[in-house]
Amino acid sequence: MTKAIPEATGTPEPEHSEQANPGVPETPTQGAENPDSPNDTDSRTDADSATDADSATGASGGPGWGVWGFVRNTWRGLVSMRTALVLLFLLALASLPGALLPQRSLNPAKITEYRQQHPMLGPVLDRLGFFDVFASPWFAAIYLLLFVSLIGCLGPRTLEYARACRAQPVATPRNLNRLPHHAGAEMDGSPEQAVARVRGQLRGWRTAVREEPDAEGRTSYTVSAEKGYLREAGNLVFHLALLGLLVGFAAGKLFGYEGQVIVLTGGNQFCNSGILGYDSFRAGALVDGTSLSPFCVKVDTFDAEYLPNGQPEQFRSSIGYQAGADLNAGPDGPWRPYLLQVNSPLRVAGDRVYLLGHGYAPTFTVTFPDGTSRTQTIQWRTADQTTMLAEGATKFDRPGLPDDASRRRNQIAVTGLLAPTSSGGKVITSVFPAPLRPEVAVDVLRGDLGLDDGRGQSIFEVPQAQLQSGALTRVARQNLLPGQEIRLNDGTTVRFDSVTQWVGLQISHDPAQDFVLLFAVLILLGLGTSLTIKRRRFWARIGPADPVAESERTVMEIGGLARTDQAGYGEEFTRLRTALLGNGVLEDRNNPRPDGTRDRGGSA
Amino acid sequence: MPVNETLATYSDYAFHSAVGIYLLAMALHLGEYARVRVRAVLAREAVPAGALAERAGAVVDPAATVVDPAVVDPAGTPPESDSPRPGRSWPERFGRMAVALTILGALVHIASVAIRGFAVARWPWGNMYEFISAVCLMAVLTWLYVLRRNPGMRPLGAFVLLPVEVLLFLAGSALYVKAAPVMPALQSYWLTIHVTAVSLASGLLMVGGVASVLFLVRRYSSGGGFLDVLPAAETLDRAAYRVTVFAFPLYTFAVIAGAIWAEAAWGRFWGWDPKETVAFIVWVVYACYLHARATAGWRTGGAAWINVVGLIAMLFNLFFINLVTTGLHSYAGVG
Repeated sequence: MTKAIPEATGTPEPEHSEQANPGVPETPTQGAENPDSPNDTDSRTDADSATDADSATGASGGPGWGVWGFVRNTWRGLVSMRTALVLLFLLALASLPGALLPQRSLNPAKITEYRQQHPMLGPVLDRLGFFDVFASPWFAAIYLLLFVSLIGCLGPRTLEYARACRAQPVATPRNLNRLPHHAGAEMDGSPEQAVARVRGQLRGWRTAVREEPDAEGRTSYTVSAEKGYLREAGNLVFHLALLGLLVGFAAGKLFGYEGQVIVLTGGNQFCNSGILGYDSFRAGALVDGTSLSPFCVKVDTFDAEYLPNGQPEQFRSSIGYQAGADLNAGPDGPWRPYLLQVNSPLRVAGDRVYLLGHGYAPTFTVTFPDGTSRTQTIQWRTADQTTMLAEGATKFDRPGLPDDASRRRNQIAVTGLLAPTSSGGKVITSVFPAPLRPEVAVDVLRGDLGLDDGRGQSIFEVPQAQLQSGALTRVARQNLLPGQEIRLNDGTTVRFDSVTQWVGLQISHDPAQDFVLLFAVLILLGLGTSLTIKRRRFWARIGPADPVAESERTVMEIGGLARTDQAGYGEEFTRLRTALLGNGVLEDRNNPRPDGTRDRGGSA
Repeated sequence: MPVNETLATYSDYAFHSAVGIYLLAMALHLGEYARVRVRAVLAREAVPAGALAERAGAVVDPAATVVDPAVVDPAGTPPESDSPRPGRSWPERFGRMAVALTILGALVHIASVAIRGFAVARWPWGNMYEFISAVCLMAVLTWLYVLRRNPGMRPLGAFVLLPVEVLLFLAGSALYVKAAPVMPALQSYWLTIHVTAVSLASGLLMVGGVASVLFLVRRYSSGGGFLDVLPAAETLDRAAYRVTVFAFPLYTFAVIAGAIWAEAAWGRFWGWDPKETVAFIVWVVYACYLHARATAGWRTGGAAWINVVGLIAMLFNLFFINLVTTGLHSYAGVG
């Protein structure tokens, strides 16, 4: 940019135009008319003016303009403020489906439901990535363009700022009375003394004193001062921290992982040794699961407190954990105790362990006719979060059978509902989430559970196909209280022993989240700095008074201009004026109010 | 933790009183417009004193009968512009009464929130009813602060109180929940930090948004009617900007505090939960606003429209996301 854009057109004046020519006094015009126009937040060059400048160069540049000119125009268009604005808009717009449509990362089941409800629209939306908005290419395109635009703007701006920080404050305008704040007075003392007084008042300002001979050859002085450089610094920090935040976020997605596992209370353990230990696991793009942070957790107890209406009031699980040297001692080594609660995860070995859920696991004992028995406690899943009614399937293999074929004919599954506080009666339901009066309503199935066909199956249910094909048949249906049992036709008994609680743990690993926090704090600091600090200028012109009297007299003229939001500078300018010119002298043509302000409304 | 039912009842009384007082304040603001309108009409037409009373009554009627018979009553005596008399003019009196009532309402409102907090022995914004009450309180306090800094903004009163009234009515009826302890996920000191920041920022943004709406109304209307009472378009725009500039870092802080809390409560600091997504959208819209203020051709009109979009997005986030969609913010004792 070689030339300041005339402010009268309403175009923001590029910050650096005047820095490039520090010797040329600028003539503030429009700024004086509209003191509150905040040409502050950003000083990107305007797209239109950039294009104008380009066409001008292009016209003189001749034939070589073609491709290079196009590239340069595109780049300038991309880094312009208008483009940034459009991209920000698009970003907001593109995020909207992420809130309104079901998202795969949150709840895949809802997408299936949505696709069933909208058979035409659903698949199309799915193909276009509307169910994975924040992983979709179009969303990435928007924010990448935005950040490219940001970098394209920040680079030159940082350089400009570095230059501005070293440069002298701009020379004093010829006509100080055209500034929004202006005053003048005559006083005793020499111009040199007055200069010293001005400098004394401008502590903390960057100042430059210049000599300028006046018409009669006497020496006058000008003092230029500027303050509020931190504003731009805050602005730059804010935008750079945004970049840092994005990088930190991406790093977390690359190197982080997150897994869920259900652990029964009563001293059961979970070790973070591999993906297989988890019930579900989501690995970052660069995580292969071979080097998870080593630690083990042992879940001792879980208790919940509920209000009389069933609303949970407190979840607590006392656990022990081993990490580092303790691990080498094995399971008998020392376990450090921890009280795991919602809002208070265990932070160990660079990972976090959360208490995210809880539920019930019934214990069943099956005694076969030959007297052998098997006891199992398997977690059932919670079907109703309010009453904690649970459903599931506990599966048994009959021991002592000679061949696979007869084994498969005699597998047993106990499946049905578990009510922690049963309503009683023939058809039971749960009336309270705590295990006050547990009861199960179960079907006992016998036959081939399909466990050997090589396909994985849910631990919470039996394969429906096996039931339909007749390979698995229902042999009993009954409600059981703890201790009660069902006797099957072949003499096998199924006893409901007791209920155990389980906890749902989540183990999360995000090596970058501290960086993200750091950048978030920087964002806040940068934002606060750039929105509160005002960049303002102050000038004084000091010369000997005209009629040479016996004692030395000096004329001082001062002027002030806020480069940004004018609010607040009025008071400061008034303070300076009072200190320098005294109370009695008021000659502020542009500013009729005695306090020098034009408006003191609003907040901030 | 037992709930002190007596205190909870007192809190409800205070809540309803505050709603009533705000309503009265709003009515007085309307009375202020009505009187000014009358004066404007009279000044324009300068009719003789005989026809004057009738005319004044006719114009005042729709708004004023609801307000207070006193508004219609002095119609018999010619308004001040024609016959000056000692003391303040009627619109001025109504306006001042409205502000006084707003202050009283805010005090009662504070009492309602505080007593609720004592009743449940926790910070009193754990469900939608309490949260909306807090947001509205913040909006009213912001408004009173703006008014203190710039008394000329007073005619905005009714427009600030209107959304407050609507929100409080919704909170007190459809969304009301009895005083009770909160679920474990909400038992954290981050509730205090995050929700306080959110409600304060929302309250501020609401006031800024209303100022922008009125700015646009002023800008695109040909003037006349009660609009003449409103501050100048430029003043409205500047007020909107200042409030929003103050609110934006606060809102940013609120979102960051929310993320820190989410890291402790839900296992990740950001997961594109519907609430988080719309909070992000709102943030981006207000970032747009600030950038528009620095872009040629967008400074006033365009920026004001963006601020209105921000207001809508913010209210959408406040309501729709908590009440309609299913996400991690869907607690609040509703649905």
